[in-house]
Amino acid sequence: MRVTQGCFSFLPDLSDAQISAQIDYCLSKGWAIGVEYTDDPHPRNTYWEMWGHPMFDLRDAKGVMIELDACRKAEPEAYIRLVAFDSTRGFETVTMSFIVNRPKVEPALTMSRTEVDGRSIRYTHQLVR
Amino acid sequence: MSQMIDLQAEFEASGAREVLEALDAELIGLAPVKARIRETAALLLVDRARRSLGLAAQTPTLHMSFTGNPGTGKTTVAQMMAGLLHRLGYVRKGHLVSVTRDDLVGQYIGHTAPKTKEVLKRAMGGVLFIDEAYYLYRPDNERDYGQEAIEILLQVMENNRDDLVVILAGYADRMALFYNSNPGFRSRIAHHIDFPDYGEDELARIGEGMMEAQNYVLSEGAKAALAEYIALRRVQPQFANARSIRNALDRARLRQANRLFSRGGVVEAAALSTIEAEDIRASRVFHGGLETARKGDAA
Repeated sequence: MRVTQGCFSFLPDLSDAQISAQIDYCLSKGWAIGVEYTDDPHPRNTYWEMWGHPMFDLRDAKGVMIELDACRKAEPEAYIRLVAFDSTRGFETVTMSFIVNRPKVEPALTMSRTEVDGRSIRYTHQLVR
Repeated sequence: MSQMIDLQAEFEASGAREVLEALDAELIGLAPVKARIRETAALLLVDRARRSLGLAAQTPTLHMSFTGNPGTGKTTVAQMMAGLLHRLGYVRKGHLVSVTRDDLVGQYIGHTAPKTKEVLKRAMGGVLFIDEAYYLYRPDNERDYGQEAIEILLQVMENNRDDLVVILAGYADRMALFYNSNPGFRSRIAHHIDFPDYGEDELARIGEGMMEAQNYVLSEGAKAALAEYIALRRVQPQFANARSIRNALDRARLRQANRLFSRGGVVEAAALSTIEAEDIRASRVFHGGLETARKGDAA
């Protein structure tokens, strides 16, 4: 099942040239870019592993692409995303995030229902590999 | 061949003319350097035209070596070179990242590679200017981490020729030694540009230009004093061309401020922006030179 989270996730996977163009856009906005990866794409898994430090002082997308290539090489079967961090006072948050690498076979998400307190239902989601 | 390209139009359109004109206008002297940069610009322009007609496929090697004494304008020229390469489309962003050994070489094992890579990532799409590059190589210490930085640099200079241009700078004699012991660098650097020392009148013009940029005026007496100062200072040790002049003028501003302040009362704008002869003549250069004065106090 294709995981859809972050920008562009309903589009076909971005090519490297398209990723570079998106990074250039982020850099032109003055955002810092971090590379993050995980093997657990559950929507509640907010904090992915960081691949090195976020890059605060880049001018060109190539610097990120070098790190992304290194990360892909080390974790070819992981989800990898790029997060752009806006340090403007008042924002100080991630403003953009998109997946740039997926495993060949993606896990599926299943939903299970639990009846509690009579007929009330609690929902939870789980990854199924 | 039926295809044609108008080099002059290309030159105008690229905006390289502005950079070359700025180079002429802002830099005093340095005639051989300007000539070399003009040649390089012409080469790059022709190469670009050839590429657009499909006659050449590869990016030419653009890594450079700037050799010359301190204060001869290497960093300034590197800045302009970055602008020129950007206008001609050889680097994508055209920024200059200026580093020295400290920025590239780590302090313990395993520290150097990430540090060097960090700098290289920052320089991608622009120009990496390594000042006093010969410090990277310490022949007296075979365990020096500089070697590791050199290897990473060489690899990137070869593989990422489209992404960044590396300029190595330093004293001519020590750079020659450096290239002899690191043949990898010499073969990867296509352009060697030598920066000559400035003449006395050039230094005087540079000094006046610096003061003008900060809205100061040199009085006639001060101009004469500056000319004398330059003649005396040049033959003394540790002379760093334009940088020495800038430092001397900074100290002259200090003395001028002190003079105006200790006099007290009302000051007019003209006095605030005029450097007088006495401000320059108070320098220790006029009183026996640097060595004798250094032991006492710094004037």
